[in-house]
Amino acid sequence: MNKENLAISISGMSKWYDDFKVLTDIDLSVTFGERIVICGPSGSGKSTLIRCLNHLEEHQKGSIVVDGIELYPGMKNPELVRRTVGMVFQSFNLFPHLTILENCILPQRRALKRSKEQAREVAMKFLERVKIPEQADKYPRQLSGGQQQRVAIARALCMEPKIMLFDEPTSALDPEMVSEVLDTMIELALSGITMLCVTHEMGFARKVADRVIFMDTGQIIESNAPETFFSQPKHPRAKEFLGQIL
Amino acid sequence: MNFMENLFGPFYGNMIGLLLSATRYTIYLSLAAFFGGGLLGLILTVFKISPSRILRWFATGYIWLFQSIPLLMLLFLLGLGVPTFYQIDIPPWLAAGTALTLFTSAYMSEVWRGALESIPTGQWEAGKAVGLTFMQNLCWIIAPQAFRIAIPSTVGFMIQVIKGTSMAYIIDYDDLMRWGKRIANSQLDGAEPFVVFPIVALIYFSLCFPLSLWAKHLEKQARDS
Repeated sequence: MNKENLAISISGMSKWYDDFKVLTDIDLSVTFGERIVICGPSGSGKSTLIRCLNHLEEHQKGSIVVDGIELYPGMKNPELVRRTVGMVFQSFNLFPHLTILENCILPQRRALKRSKEQAREVAMKFLERVKIPEQADKYPRQLSGGQQQRVAIARALCMEPKIMLFDEPTSALDPEMVSEVLDTMIELALSGITMLCVTHEMGFARKVADRVIFMDTGQIIESNAPETFFSQPKHPRAKEFLGQIL
Repeated sequence: MNFMENLFGPFYGNMIGLLLSATRYTIYLSLAAFFGGGLLGLILTVFKISPSRILRWFATGYIWLFQSIPLLMLLFLLGLGVPTFYQIDIPPWLAAGTALTLFTSAYMSEVWRGALESIPTGQWEAGKAVGLTFMQNLCWIIAPQAFRIAIPSTVGFMIQVIKGTSMAYIIDYDDLMRWGKRIANSQLDGAEPFVVFPIVALIYFSLCFPLSLWAKHLEKQARDS
């Protein structure tokens, strides 16, 4: 596979927080349209890894190329890569001073310089897709957690990214709201967008993932199709992990 | 000032009239310090949180410097020291306005930086993640949220500025304080310090108290929303 056709290409990448090494020699290639679930015990560096992909975190060694853009420490225009990479956070992070519709419109207007009318049209399209167009004029605090997370997905999609990153999107939700968010994500996965999800939702992984990546102590120690990963995990840490969560 | 004379008699009416007319200069100086200091403070705040290390250092140094120098010392330096040293003439209003602007800007930027820093980092990250630049993120996501938090303390600080202007009398700025002192120093019967200064205090109070009520009200509003 030619490197230019890769959505994401990471090689020999390491990251430190001061003296503490959080990621060690990460190698990972993701093709466009691929859906990847990243799992592993807490503190294994999963979130840090995907946060490196839109330059919310800087890596110190190795290389990361996202949609043809090389990321490096202190890079000048990280917003360029962020416009092709959408991100959904564990704690939603909607803008509390803006309505749902404005949350979806503002980034399009400012980052993509779309007209008001066009931004509004796109926003409504994606709010309909996540099935909450009727909440458009409310403020985030008036919505349930599940609804807020769906808005966050819509807000990211409004930028029409090629790649979507999910950082434990259901971990902060009450149990009864997890499925509405997962359903939205499954629907999105089936649309063919490139997805990287840090999640412990193994049902979701089985259903949509092309590959499951297992991380431990800052390294990728197993990477396999979900059927193989769940039925015959190779690494003892992976076996132990699956034993705990399944 | 006929109204005052009718109300308080010719002597006190005249005195109060003089004090009130001097109060205008207290208000002018307060407004100049507030807007000058606010504008400069805003720039410093942006410097202070900007990604550039040099700008951050500059702002930090500036704030340290002007928070560590007593306002009175600044007034002396600008109103007496600089003119003597450089053999130039700086009118009292300019010296007083500059000193108060420097003083105000350092404090205001600290208030505003505090408000900006109280916004959760998740908001910055969400703004970055949707492709906003640092300035876009600051202007459209962070500042509007911080603004609501900072309003009460900003209004509260206006009170400090108004009271601070009273020190400008020391470099001959013709404000309420200076006229109060001038009248109190006169040998006229009925213009003794214990008569004049309470009146001066009452005028300062009537400038500050409404602001203090307003700040309280805004604080309550911010809490309820």
